[in-house]
Amino acid sequence: MPDKIKFTVDGKECQAEAGLTIYEAAKANGIYIPVLCHFEGLKPVGSCRICSVRVNGRWMAACTQPVTPGMVIENSSPEVEEYRKAIIEMLFVEGNHFCPACEKSGNCELQALAYRYQIMVPQFPYLFPKKEIEAFPKFLLEHNRCVQCQRCIRAIQTPDGKKVFAMKNRSGRVRINVDRKLAARLSDEQAQKAMDICPVGAILKKEVGFRVPIGKRKYDRQPIGSDIEEKK
Amino acid sequence: MSKPVIATASLAGCFGCHMSFLDIDERILDLIELVEFDKSPIDDIKKFSRPVDIGLIEGGCCNAENVEVLRYFRKNCKILVSVGECAVMGGLPAMRNTISLKECLEEAYLNSPTVAPEDRLIPADEDIPILLDRVYPCHEIVKIDYFLPGCPPSADLIWEALTALIQGRPLRLEYELVKYD
Repeated sequence: MPDKIKFTVDGKECQAEAGLTIYEAAKANGIYIPVLCHFEGLKPVGSCRICSVRVNGRWMAACTQPVTPGMVIENSSPEVEEYRKAIIEMLFVEGNHFCPACEKSGNCELQALAYRYQIMVPQFPYLFPKKEIEAFPKFLLEHNRCVQCQRCIRAIQTPDGKKVFAMKNRSGRVRINVDRKLAARLSDEQAQKAMDICPVGAILKKEVGFRVPIGKRKYDRQPIGSDIEEKK
Repeated sequence: MSKPVIATASLAGCFGCHMSFLDIDERILDLIELVEFDKSPIDDIKKFSRPVDIGLIEGGCCNAENVEVLRYFRKNCKILVSVGECAVMGGLPAMRNTISLKECLEEAYLNSPTVAPEDRLIPADEDIPILLDRVYPCHEIVKIDYFLPGCPPSADLIWEALTALIQGRPLRLEYELVKYD
């Protein structure tokens, strides 16, 4: 095809259609670039920076940056991987992530990324910030675990198009806010969707828990991203 | 050559990591061939009798006694390993870290509905180790050389780490060995 774009990832020659992001283009070539805030089908916002790659020597977010001809992309150099590990570790120490007590454990994407990188202990001191838990008719919002990826903001809307989740405050005090009236109108399916779209255990559907036994959860046996890498 | 010496301790933990250690099943026979045990709850030796090669620490530090034991281990062990979530990051006891100690004690000993009115007293006997303001991961108190996450770390991970340390070879970390729950 004439309009295929040529680029390289870690020296490997790749081709992709024009208009794709670096993440999508790499995926089409069987290369996994780790993402956390990004979710297929949602407009990317590039907020978590875990997908950071170096393109021609410059840092870029692979989930938002379109691929262009001749890009030389660094995805698995030690420097890029260390940078990503540091971001994952920062997310762990900035919240209160008690994995053994979390319902999302085993299905959590933040945890799965840490497993993929085999992080044994964060290099940063734990902050143990004081955060609250909010209850809504269909779900719980656990601010201790929220990584502000904004997936819920982008994905969950009422049938008439109103957003249920929004951002509140700025910088270190930023947090997810819920419109109580709209949240009360969510169906069971939407509450489940909100829980499924949350990469961590911040949104939990009420009245159901620990449904999948240990050993059969999403990331118990296979590292995150291995489905993309297998398609090579 | 004499066998490497091992010591273990359970600080602010639940003994689950020790249970997981015992979960190595019949490999415990190999272990006895490989190492000797010094101070440990497993053999109930209270004081170090010789320099120890590898100290395994379960649990974080929630009181002054935990800190003392941990420093005692650091002083006597060449290699110190944090075993399990509590040692690595404070674990479930650290859930109190976002609540002030005063509030914790008042809730437990004064305001809880299960406390009889005549029993309302915060224990302050000098024989009771004093509580720290929060629960600390072990590496925030002393230098820790290696970390094994998990609640508990699987017997396979403990075995792999221990044998790697004894034999002086790199860890063979299969994906399924590193888990936080």
